[in-house]
Amino acid sequence: MENVNAEHAQNEHQADSAVKVIWRTFWILLGITLVELTLGMFVAPHYHEYKHVFNGVYVILTLAKAFYIVAEFMHLRHEIKNLIMTIVVPLLLFVWFIIAFLADGNSYLKLRQRYNKPVYEQAKPQEHEQKGEEAKKPGKLD
Amino acid sequence: MAQVVPADRKWWGGGRSPFNVEYGKLMMWYFLMSDAFTFGAFLISYGTVRFSSHSWPDANHVFNSFPILGNGLPLVFVSLMTFILIMSSVTMVLAVHAGHNNDRVGVMKWMAWTIVGGLAFLSCQAWEWTHLHEEGAWWGRNPFPNYDGTVASTNFTNFFFTITGFHGFHVFSGVIINIIMLIMTYKGVFDRKGHYLMIEKAGLYWHFVDLVWVFVFTCFYLF
Repeated sequence: MENVNAEHAQNEHQADSAVKVIWRTFWILLGITLVELTLGMFVAPHYHEYKHVFNGVYVILTLAKAFYIVAEFMHLRHEIKNLIMTIVVPLLLFVWFIIAFLADGNSYLKLRQRYNKPVYEQAKPQEHEQKGEEAKKPGKLD
Repeated sequence: MAQVVPADRKWWGGGRSPFNVEYGKLMMWYFLMSDAFTFGAFLISYGTVRFSSHSWPDANHVFNSFPILGNGLPLVFVSLMTFILIMSSVTMVLAVHAGHNNDRVGVMKWMAWTIVGGLAFLSCQAWEWTHLHEEGAWWGRNPFPNYDGTVASTNFTNFFFTITGFHGFHVFSGVIINIIMLIMTYKGVFDRKGHYLMIEKAGLYWHFVDLVWVFVFTCFYLF
């Protein structure tokens, strides 16, 4: 019985700090979202040539948000290590998954640029390094 | 609330869950992991197609409307949607927290707010879809030009409506689950059981919906 009472007292003590952590997490998520939106709305449109740099920043900020949601809101950080590992380790497959498939898409673009060139040059004669999709629209002259 | 566990406990010795969680909660985690792969496959196929395209529509141009205020407001409406979803995630944690204290009224209050947040998000999405449809966008139809001014393929709208639709369907299921949880709480089911673990499981699902939105938001509205 003493044990139960002690546990109850501990829970009461933890209650306030738990609510504090919830709101702190909320402010972190809101802050990161506001940074993303500021970049997306006001900064990135003026520096389109650095779009890939902004995309890298978005990826990092998104992963930070995902970490806070999973760790604090879904409480995974406070579970035992066995459970954390059984959830997180399979998700590492995404690392291969993303690299492999994006490389595949990029390679497809390169292949079309190389082998569809005659059609493509007809579509857009002035810039023949970047474009590939023009091949789909023969007859478009500008 | 960190689990206080003696360091030398033999988790695999039998007689207790080696993961120190209840069976249903563990299975919810595994379901969400599989669902993460489903969403991941969707988003990665979107990425593959986008990487294989020479250009793509500009999100700042496509998503620039707000109800009543009109056009020329890039990303403002989706900011509102994101805020609503984060907020409803907070009210969900607060419901789970009230459940830890067996506070029935608290659980009901926060679940009700979470449901309101979910419905608000769905309404926003309904408006956005309607608006895009009015502009001529749908599966198989894409009125928006590429960033470089060329005519875009329908890949953009196909992926947008499929993935946000799949996410919206998750939000919808989450709202239904939350409504059922609210009714069960009201009827005192969890008080009779002596614990509010079901609220935690519904909460895991709801946070997952928020988690997916974080990625959908980045992939469609920021990239």
